[in-house]
Amino acid sequence: MYIIVVGGGKVGYYLTQTLLAEDYEVLLIERDREKVDVFVERLGAVVIAGDGAEASTLMAAGAGRADAVVAVTGEDEDNLVICQMAKQKFQVGRTIARVNNPKNERLFALLGIDVTVSQTNYILNLIEQSIPEASFVHLLSLRHADLAIVEAKITASSAVAHKTIGEIEFPVNCVVVAVDRGIELIVPTPTTELQPGDDIIAVAHRDQEGQLRRLLVAS
Amino acid sequence: MNVVVMGCGRVGARIASILDHNGHHVTVIDTQHRAFRRLSSDFGGETLIGTGIDEDVLRTAGIEKAHAFVAVTNGDNRNIMAAQVARLVFEVPEVICRIYDPVREDTYRRLGLGTVCPTTTISAQILDQVIGTSSVITASRGGES
Repeated sequence: MYIIVVGGGKVGYYLTQTLLAEDYEVLLIERDREKVDVFVERLGAVVIAGDGAEASTLMAAGAGRADAVVAVTGEDEDNLVICQMAKQKFQVGRTIARVNNPKNERLFALLGIDVTVSQTNYILNLIEQSIPEASFVHLLSLRHADLAIVEAKITASSAVAHKTIGEIEFPVNCVVVAVDRGIELIVPTPTTELQPGDDIIAVAHRDQEGQLRRLLVAS
Repeated sequence: MNVVVMGCGRVGARIASILDHNGHHVTVIDTQHRAFRRLSSDFGGETLIGTGIDEDVLRTAGIEKAHAFVAVTNGDNRNIMAAQVARLVFEVPEVICRIYDPVREDTYRRLGLGTVCPTTTISAQILDQVIGTSSVITASRGGES
């Protein structure tokens, strides 16, 4: 598997180093020639100087046979164009972009980027998951970020506790897909009753995620 | 007509000033306040400090009611991203962006973006004056796969 990493900041440098250690074939593209010289000394001949948004650079990097292009510069607009050029001109199968402004995650998906990574959102999720009071957690955004998988904890004071799935008026485009009752994982039917202590996993359209949150955490 | 112009350099300021002079409603966005000094002294449109790749900035600039969006900052990628936001998110009818890199310009034109490439147009003009259009054989584009 051949991976091209664009952007030799901290993320790009350590990503390249880690991928090399995992025995991947990797090439790092960095604009600053002085940085490239330092990287070549440390990582070996796997770094080239150039602008990753320019077709000639991608060509020199052998983008045509790359399995993935990962754009991790500090500028969202550069990461977007690098990935789009890799896709349009070199038919790279998988493009991964780092987004610095979390608002751009959805936009990048809309513009054809396969995977986006937002450090801001990642840290936010970790915070939410590690705070025990958080009873409603956004676990994952699905393709094009229109659907989200969320987890909610049912407490004794929850308005929906002791109600069956059939009795609860869920917002449209929201489905409870699993009820985690500690010892057993239940695939719910309309007659499944929610009990205090249950962790429920639901799929929700992003427009209804807020409504679902209010329904499930309300007491 | 409502027009949002991103980038108040020589080109952006000129476009904005002329449109304003012709009675159109213009909003110019630039990250630098001092860039607005390039606008004509009687410019009656609006100015906004910010980056046009931010949806909120575009909204403040009135992109939702704009008939046209022009991206003419010095950064190709910035222009490309802003133009795609204007076209796909806000569905602005007329979107034009400047791309200096001919290969990038070609790629995004094929994707349906309204593009202008000063490098090719100016080269063509100069070549025409030097040796005449008919004798110009277009050089193969660097990096063309």
